[in-house]
Formats: sequence, structure tokens, C-alpha cells
Amino acid sequence: MSVPKDKITVEGLTGDAAIAHALKQADLDVLAAYPITPQTIIVEDYQRFAADGEVNAAVIPVESEHSAMSACVGASAVGGRVATASASAGLALMWEILYVAASMRMPIVFTVANRALSGPINIHNDHSDGMGMRDSGFIQLYCQSSQEAYDTTLMAFRLAEHHDVLLPVMVGIDGFIVSHNVERVEMLPDDVVEKFVGVRVPIQNLNPNTPLTLGPLALTDYYFEFKEQQSRAIMGVPKVYKEIEAEFEKITGRKYGLFETYKTEDADIIILAMSSMGGTAKVVADALRERGEKIGVIRLKMFRPFPAEEIAKAVGDAKAVAVFEKAMSFGGAAHPLAVEVRTALYEAKERPMVLDFVVGLGGRDVPPTTFVDGIEKTKEYLKAGKAPKYETLGVRK
Amino acid sequence: MSEKYNEIPMAGNILEPGNSEKYKTGGWRAEKPIHNNEKCLWIKNGTCGRCWIFCPDMSVILTEKDGKYSYAYNYDYCKGCGICATECPTDSIHMEKE
Repeated sequence: MSVPKDKITVEGLTGDAAIAHALKQADLDVLAAYPITPQTIIVEDYQRFAADGEVNAAVIPVESEHSAMSACVGASAVGGRVATASASAGLALMWEILYVAASMRMPIVFTVANRALSGPINIHNDHSDGMGMRDSGFIQLYCQSSQEAYDTTLMAFRLAEHHDVLLPVMVGIDGFIVSHNVERVEMLPDDVVEKFVGVRVPIQNLNPNTPLTLGPLALTDYYFEFKEQQSRAIMGVPKVYKEIEAEFEKITGRKYGLFETYKTEDADIIILAMSSMGGTAKVVADALRERGEKIGVIRLKMFRPFPAEEIAKAVGDAKAVAVFEKAMSFGGAAHPLAVEVRTALYEAKERPMVLDFVVGLGGRDVPPTTFVDGIEKTKEYLKAGKAPKYETLGVRK
Repeated sequence: MSEKYNEIPMAGNILEPGNSEKYKTGGWRAEKPIHNNEKCLWIKNGTCGRCWIFCPDMSVILTEKDGKYSYAYNYDYCKGCGICATECPTDSIHMEKE
């Protein structure tokens, strides 16, 4: 049953503030975090809610991000609902514990304002931090707007804590571009959120009455079997996500899917991008369609697990997929997003050309003209029948 | 050790407290301690006990019954570290290859 309009609170919120409000309504037990730009507002706002007595959570101001994620693992192990936030270098400092959180199957919600990794040190947006944690075992959801950040943060708790999943979830927003820009956000009434997110039901938690050991050593004889469990758990995520989102849609009328498709049905060239670039790409598709060019957009939300089969289906018989991505895997056959897309399309009957355009590193603006440049190049490559494995766009060279 | 991925607890969690007893670490041993009663102070008069104090695996078993002292090892858990042999003041313990 959808929530009546007069019960919805509409506010102008930054992406960070939208996430902080979602965390407030999700009724956390523990939030342990260390401030880092451009995620700072999330923790700042949440601390204010705590100081004002609006939330019951224990807020742990730790001395580093390594400790932040460690405290989250501990709190999650006793069965609490737990969240943290970070970005860039802070996220990198968590690295060891990210793997521990995922392999111990701790349903922690980790909100990230994606920011470039050093060096040179840079506070602006790209996806090098998210791609750096790519193989940690976290579910990764990248959001395009403040509204989506709010919605996704709420859904993330349901997803993480679902007994068929039990994995940590990263909710990503583009640093500054979404984290610090004010947008219209519709917020649900507290009681509706309370009903939607429910209370976490832990299945194996630390409790003195039923002693058990979490996170023990496993060597050559068992380690591999635990990795098999973990791999199967994350591959089951899309099914659970779709169920949760269907429920969320009933309440709000909003849904995003594993990815969003925009005018892809008859498209010759499909732009594939994540996060805030999706918005720009859609505007470009509209403008180019006015000139008679059949351009479509896939805006990927779920990067881990990667919805390979669904992407292949959505690409259909397009001639080319132009990937625009904000991260580099130095020396790779292509960069992280394009590697996934090429692999996803390898089995396609009419395999489309996959172009890999690396853009926007360190917050370099990605205006519509960058997409148009990429599309123009794609058309040339289609005509020539060959293309480079990847190229950078928007860099002075 | 033949269980499949779906036959073991999630994430390696140990659901049964104290089950490390089932793991016989004696299998790690390359050398084992051999005890000789002749000069041993425990056997003689129930004193010393340095091997018992220093053994990191509680594998030295010293017992007394009716004023008679006896000496044994628990080879299920003795890893063969040789600390007992090093600590023995009367050279009553020596290490032998397994």
C-alpha cells in the first residue's frame, strides 16, 4: 500500500544528508565511523541526531577507519544493526577488515561518497575507491541521486540482513556531485520505515548463553569451502534484491532495478555508465535522438554481484556498447567496468563492439560533450571495424 | 575433513564450544620426548616438575598415588617442541625422531 502524499516529508537534502536521514530512520544499534571528505556530512548529521536524542544508537568515534570497520564487525557479531561511512583513503585503510566483514558474513551497511584515491591526493569524485574494494566480497550499489541514496540505504539493511544473503553492502554516491548537491528528497514517515526495515534477526551471534566462535582460522583443509559459500551467497543477491525492491515500490512507487535502461530497445549505441554519469548520459541520448541517432543508456546500479546475463539481454542487438567509467586498473586488458561488460557480452550471438572510455578521474568534469566525443569515436570505430581496448577522454594529451 | 561447502557452518563459525579438543595437534610432531625414570626428581621425591610447568600444551602428566610418583606424556597434543627436554635439570628427557 503506497504512503499517502501528506505523510511524505519533502526536503532539500544533499546526498550525504539523505543517507544520514535513512540511517536515522533505520534504527541502528551502532554507528562507528571516522570522518573523511566527502562523506563527512553523513556522520556529522548522524552525530547530531544522536546528540539530540533522536536516535538510540551507540555512536563510536573511533581513531581510524580500520577501527571503524572493526568495531562494526564486533557490533554486527553480537547481532546489532550496524552502519558506517567512508571514502577514498579512509576506505583504503579499512581494506583488511572489509574482507573480514564479508567473509564473516556481517550484514553491515557501508555508505560511501566515492572519491579518488591518492596520489596525488585529491578530494573529488571518481570510482577508484569502490573499484579498490571490488573483490572484498561486499555487495556494491551505486546511486544516481540523493533520493536514490535515501531509498537504497533503507533497502540495503533488508538486503544485507536477509538470511539468504548475510553480506555487507556498500551504498555509493558520487563525492561532491551527489554528496554535496542539494536535491528534492521525499522521505517516508518513521513508522513506515520501521515496518519496512524491521528488526534484524541474527542467526549466529555472540551470546554468553550459547557460546560460539566467529572468525576462526581455516587453512588448506577448509578455507576454500568457506569461499565457495561466500561466492554462492553473493550470486543469490539479485533475486533477493528484486523481492525487496518490489516491496519498496509498493510503498513508494519508486524502483531502480539492478540497472536502469533508457531508450535501449531500438538503440544502435548504448552508453553504459554508473552513478551520476547516468543522468548526463540520458540527456545526451535525448539530444542525439533529436538528430536521429539511436542512442540508449544503461545506468548500472549493482556492480557486485555483476548482473552479467541481464546486461547481455538488455544490450540485445545493439551494435556497440560505449562504457564510460571513472576508474583505472593500471595495466589491465581494460578497466574494471569494461572488463565486466566485455565478459558479459562474450557469449552474445551478435557480439557488439565494447568501447572503454575512462573519464572523470580525480573529479574531472564529465560534461555532455565528453559523451558526444565518445559516441563520435564509437561511430568511427564501428565503421573501421576495430577499436582500441580502452582510451581516456577529457585528459590533456 | 571430507565435508562439502554446504555441510559445514557458515563462515567457519564454531558452534560447539571447546571442540578444539578434537583437533589432535600431536600430528604436527617431528620429534617426540622420551622420559627416563632413573634421575628424574619427580619420580624420586615428587619435586622439580619443570617439564610440567613449561609444557605449552599441558601434555606432561605427573601423577602421585599412595606415595608413588609416575610420569607420562599425552602424545595426542604434544607437538614435540622439546621445551621439556631443554628445561630438565637432570637430562632425564631426550628427543627422538618420530
